Amino acid sequence: MARQRTARASWKSFSILPGFGLTLGCTLVYTSVLVLIPLAALFLRSSSLGWEGLWREVSTPRALAAYELSLGASLVAALVNALFGFVVAWVLVRYRFPGRRLLDALIDLPFALPTAVSGIALTTLLAPQGWIGRWLVPLGIQVSFTRLGIVIALVFIGLPFVVRTLQPALEELPQALEEAAATLGAGRWHTFRRVIFPALLPALLTGFAMSFARAIGEYGSVVFIAGNMPMKTEIVPLLTIIQLEGYDYAGATALGATMLVLSFVLLLAINLLQLWGRRRAATGH
Amino acid sequence: MSASPDLHPLRRATTAGWLAGLLLVGLAALPAAASFAPAVPAVPAVPAEPAAEPADTIELLNVSYDPTRELYEEFNQHFAALWKARHAGQELKIRQSHGGSGKQARAVIDGLQADVVTLALASDIDAIVEHSGLIPADWQARLPHNSSPYTSTIVFLVRKGNPKQIRDWADLARESVQVITPNPKTSGGARWNYLAAWGWALAHELGGPEALHDPQARPGFAEAQAKAREFVAAVFRNVPVLDTGARGSTNTFVQNGIGDVLLAWENEALLAVEELGPDAFEIVRPPLSILAEPPVAVVDKVVDKKGTRQVAEAYLQELYSEAGQELAAKHGYRPTSPEVAKRHAAKFPDIVLFTVDEAFGGWAKAQPEHFGDDGVFDQIYGAGK
Repeated sequence: MARQRTARASWKSFSILPGFGLTLGCTLVYTSVLVLIPLAALFLRSSSLGWEGLWREVSTPRALAAYELSLGASLVAALVNALFGFVVAWVLVRYRFPGRRLLDALIDLPFALPTAVSGIALTTLLAPQGWIGRWLVPLGIQVSFTRLGIVIALVFIGLPFVVRTLQPALEELPQALEEAAATLGAGRWHTFRRVIFPALLPALLTGFAMSFARAIGEYGSVVFIAGNMPMKTEIVPLLTIIQLEGYDYAGATALGATMLVLSFVLLLAINLLQLWGRRRAATGH
Repeated sequence: MSASPDLHPLRRATTAGWLAGLLLVGLAALPAAASFAPAVPAVPAVPAEPAAEPADTIELLNVSYDPTRELYEEFNQHFAALWKARHAGQELKIRQSHGGSGKQARAVIDGLQADVVTLALASDIDAIVEHSGLIPADWQARLPHNSSPYTSTIVFLVRKGNPKQIRDWADLARESVQVITPNPKTSGGARWNYLAAWGWALAHELGGPEALHDPQARPGFAEAQAKAREFVAAVFRNVPVLDTGARGSTNTFVQNGIGDVLLAWENEALLAVEELGPDAFEIVRPPLSILAEPPVAVVDKVVDKKGTRQVAEAYLQELYSEAGQELAAKHGYRPTSPEVAKRHAAKFPDIVLFTVDEAFGGWAKAQPEHFGDDGVFDQIYGAGK
């Protein structure tokens, strides 16, 4: 009994507030119903193919091209967002200028817009005869209906994730740290690289991961700007829809399940990286 | 469990808390889920006791495809009024659902309680037969004209003045012409576009439209098929964007100003010219095109469960009536009734039309051959397996 108690006690740290059981029960049921059961159904459905069928389905040249495009474009978009999202968050937190609150509110718009609306808007702007597109075409830059267009759509929908995760971290970063670094003789670049950046890295990684994950699953905005050419600008979610249109449920779920596993592995890796980063920051190395 | 005196009261609460949490989520989820669930009538068709509100209200759900929205909005009003007059004031509430034809068929397969389906192609209703058994296999013989009360065809929408001089299918393969069509893999309408182009090429090779009545019997069929494939591949090389649906393509062509010609349903082209003004676009009807037969069917298992068979069948029959045909013509569909068609001859000029049955041996054959996994369309794009 005593051993059992210590084992159970180690589940949680003691708190004077009750409700661990209630909230844990809530959490487990909630995540099961909303996340685990639908995902399990997805795997169950694709398992009707067997390993061999699953492999055949996801290793076609067309599927491979789609995976490469979806993962590659999402990665590029998330990197762009990490870089420019950092700048945007920095400016919004560190400086006071007229219109700041307005700009701050604008950041959330990509969250709120129906993705089809943003897709159509971007395509209209960037199409060869659009407001922006007509200036790019003479320069030899075609955005709509190319991979570049896909990346731009993904950057658009992913930006808020980076900005919104970085903002609180930046706000909590005491300016005294920088001042201390400066008085100890660190240059500006040195202060940024060794003091500020490590402190923000976990938040930046979180924002990057969220932006990346969002981009992988994005369908609505991309299909309008992508051109959807097989082997060239066909993303995995579209290929899944194409399989469904052919009533190939197993094929569609196979593609979906593979994408899910890939995303999960990538996100897990990012989370572990983040954990490692945090530990490193905590021990001060 | 022994209620040992040393057990902390908080800990004892844990198990109860677990259950309470479960209950809480369940309670919170139930009403929310119920309000989202499709309206499955909880009461059988013949209520055991008269309900408080007028017991005589019947609900009908028509699951249709995208461009029929305006047609059925008007037709539903017409039919509800007719039904009320004929059945002692019985109220009829008709709901309609629109979307891509294939997506709609899948919704019915997955349990959407449609009384009738009015879709873009027979193969989508065949899919309902095959994947759910809600409709018997012989559905297409139950109503006149292959169960298609109205028909349509594929025409060209070009920019005002037809700057690229596009007159016939052959022009679509010219190198300087950009063609806009949705993806045949995701759009029912685009399958008609593709087959229309293929059929024209076949007729061209075999020496005339009459050859399409039974092309396989003609000498040189295999070579003609190969030529047709080359032609369709050439047309699709001219396609810069493959949108997922017909409305997306119309948007690409009209709003984004991309392409020289849009392959479209005749009813969509008529609507586009009507809405956007004849000073921006014009319709070119090629001399030969495909007869698109959007079919309708009663979903047997659903109407039998809901007890709505009588009204569902009357609903579809009414599409064939004079009034129904007039409404179809008004909304750009070619009426199947010869008298009504004669009245609207100016709106629907005569062009030679061939059917999928004649030229391709029916949808059941054309669908997998051309649009299936690793079908001809995939091969054209080098996306086969």
